[in-house]
Amino acid sequence: MGVKFKGQWWHQPRVWRWGGQAGVVLLVVLAALYLGTNLTQNLQRLNLQLGFDFLQSQAGFGIGETSVDYRPTDPYAWALWVGLLNSLRVIGAGLVLTTMVGITIGVARLSDNWLVRQLALLYVETLRNTPLLLQLLFWYFALFLGLPPLSDRLQLPGPIYLSNQGISLPWPHATAATFTWAIVLGIGGAIAFSLWRRLTQRQIEQGQAGQLILWPWVVLAIAVGLAWALTRRGPVVWDLPQVVNNTQVQGGLQLSSEFATLLLGLTLYTAAFIAEIVRAGITAVAKGQWEAARALGLKSSTTLRLVVFPQALRVIVPPLTSQYLNLAKNSSLAIAIGYPDVYAVASTTFNQTGKAVEVLLLLMVTYLTISLLIALVMNWYNRRIQLVER
Amino acid sequence: MKTDPQQTEADVVQPPTLPLGQALGTWGKRNLFSTWYNSLLTLFCLWALAWIGTGLYQWVTTQAQWAVVGVNLRLFLVGRFPARLNWRLWVVLLLIVFTLSLTWGVMQRLNQWAVVTLGMVVLGAMTFVWMAAGGRDPTLWVLGMGGGAIASLWVGMQIRTHRWGQRLGRGLPVLWFAAFFTVLWLLSGGWGLAPVSTSLWNGLLLTLLMAGVSIALSFPIGVLLALGRRSDLPVIRTLCVLYIEMIRGLPLIGILFMAQVMLPLVLPIQVQLDSVLRAIAGLTLFSAAYLAENVRGGLQSIPKGQMEAAQALGFHGALILWLIVLPQALRAVIPAIVGQFIGLFKDTSLLSIVGLVELTGIARSILSQPQFLGRYAEVYLFIAVIYWLFCYLMSVGSRRLEQQLG
Repeated sequence: MGVKFKGQWWHQPRVWRWGGQAGVVLLVVLAALYLGTNLTQNLQRLNLQLGFDFLQSQAGFGIGETSVDYRPTDPYAWALWVGLLNSLRVIGAGLVLTTMVGITIGVARLSDNWLVRQLALLYVETLRNTPLLLQLLFWYFALFLGLPPLSDRLQLPGPIYLSNQGISLPWPHATAATFTWAIVLGIGGAIAFSLWRRLTQRQIEQGQAGQLILWPWVVLAIAVGLAWALTRRGPVVWDLPQVVNNTQVQGGLQLSSEFATLLLGLTLYTAAFIAEIVRAGITAVAKGQWEAARALGLKSSTTLRLVVFPQALRVIVPPLTSQYLNLAKNSSLAIAIGYPDVYAVASTTFNQTGKAVEVLLLLMVTYLTISLLIALVMNWYNRRIQLVER
Repeated sequence: MKTDPQQTEADVVQPPTLPLGQALGTWGKRNLFSTWYNSLLTLFCLWALAWIGTGLYQWVTTQAQWAVVGVNLRLFLVGRFPARLNWRLWVVLLLIVFTLSLTWGVMQRLNQWAVVTLGMVVLGAMTFVWMAAGGRDPTLWVLGMGGGAIASLWVGMQIRTHRWGQRLGRGLPVLWFAAFFTVLWLLSGGWGLAPVSTSLWNGLLLTLLMAGVSIALSFPIGVLLALGRRSDLPVIRTLCVLYIEMIRGLPLIGILFMAQVMLPLVLPIQVQLDSVLRAIAGLTLFSAAYLAENVRGGLQSIPKGQMEAAQALGFHGALILWLIVLPQALRAVIPAIVGQFIGLFKDTSLLSIVGLVELTGIARSILSQPQFLGRYAEVYLFIAVIYWLFCYLMSVGSRRLEQQLG
């Protein structure tokens, strides 16, 4: 930098750089002003005022399924909150399920069983190459609404009921005994874990395998026995769905057709992408790692779990994050099948109030927050699993 | 990895050939029944396949009523585009097939892939004409298309081997540019052609048009955004990062909603955009942000030495970008861009939610025809096959391209 610039001031790169940037800022400000003026004029013409006051007024529309109490007399703000909870419910369940399905299919793509490999390929190529919206429409209209009515319901072992009203599953309920079980098992688990660590340590030091490694299991078994003795019942009570008069189901976990469709559609579609990411991640691990593990006498499943997968994770997690974000964003397709997520509720709110700008701002803030949260968690996880180099 | 054919014949020791039954047995044992859990898996998969297969077969042959597809074939493909103006659609197809064959002829040697790919495009175009003819005899058009494709491929190859081939080859982008605008002119009319309202552009026609136009428009914006994000000017970088990250954090349906509702609000009242234009604006804004990230990947893959070498040769900043960096960066991200195009092609289905009647939209309106109520599975399966064909072929092409470039 020490060189003194000789020449006219307009030949200085610095002048150009800052002048150019100031010009860009000016352009952006001018464009914003122009659009803003148009907006105010158009709003005046349409007799609309900006402001979030409408959130306090009565919503007046019903929401098909809610996880908290909601009545049409509640304000818009509450309706939007209910919608957000519905969104989060489907996103949360979707992320867990799609990860499980995705990893399974991804590993199946690399199976040494030819048939399994081909089926996994078929799955990936079919689901990846058709639009998610179409899949949702298909699952909803052709599958779920095509199911028989509740009186002719399909019954799977469990009992799980399938009908055009949705899916009913058994669901565990906590009781007083759950608390006792949790405490006893917690303490037992902690003892077993520390015991296991000490025994493993000793094994490593002595360099030989011993049967002492069984002791933690004994401790756990004792803990289970103790908990049973104290409570004389299981840790949870299974709430089974029951069909009343062939018209409605009571008890258990009830999933509406809309929720089930959205969850199924999002899970299967995203899993196809995750499967490819997992496959690419596993193939990216050097072959020598497999061979070295085999030379040490590890089984192929143990090798995958302890040697290959932790290394593959470093390749998998960044693209996995963007798939998670996609799932969260795609949950807004709920509107096509009538599941009341936050986008659908916001859309109804806009139709009733005409508050385009405000509703859009709320939606943007909501989705950006959700995206940011997922990205933050995944980035934290990504940092944790990265190779720590000296 | 090609080996000399003569060498394989003579020098490599061939394994003893087993009788077919025995060979199948060994193959099966190695690939299907190698361990006990593999055998279990195989049996389970076979059972599931048989169960699904027979169910599907029974449904397709006995329960499904395919009349809904047969009757509405034209609607699916070109929607309500006036049948008497069919010739304009066929000219559009001809134009695309010609330009594609010519480009191929100029760019590449005639290999089996050229024949297969072009053959498929021509066949697809022919099928399209045949299916969307709407009662008019399309034989002449179909024949013209096949003949024209071969002719323009031949012309392209002549150009490549010609003395001025290089110079003529540089005219290809201009040709594509001209073709693009001619296509738009043929579809919308005006300037001597009968105008066609955009509300009559439906079905697969609209899907292809939206995807094509949006990716073409978002390309320059995306490249600029990527360059801006890599710029060392803090203001420009911040603006680009803000735009890219904001768009990428929002669902597409929200952006389409914004384009449909907000655009008319922030534009002066004299400017009236119809819903197709607004949707294109939304798709373009959306796709530019994702394209920028892809291009950024390409820019990052260019080693710094390239720029330093160019500087040492006395090149100026903009010239380095245009002649050295961008050509290499863009070539590196062609597969990613094809991938994005596939995504955008699928995403056009969301336009049916904001009221456009593209392939998914026309399916939904066909399903509301009273004589075809409840024929969801047939209609959705049919358009799923259309989407699948396009996406799958594009992804195969992209994978091949990747191998060729890599």
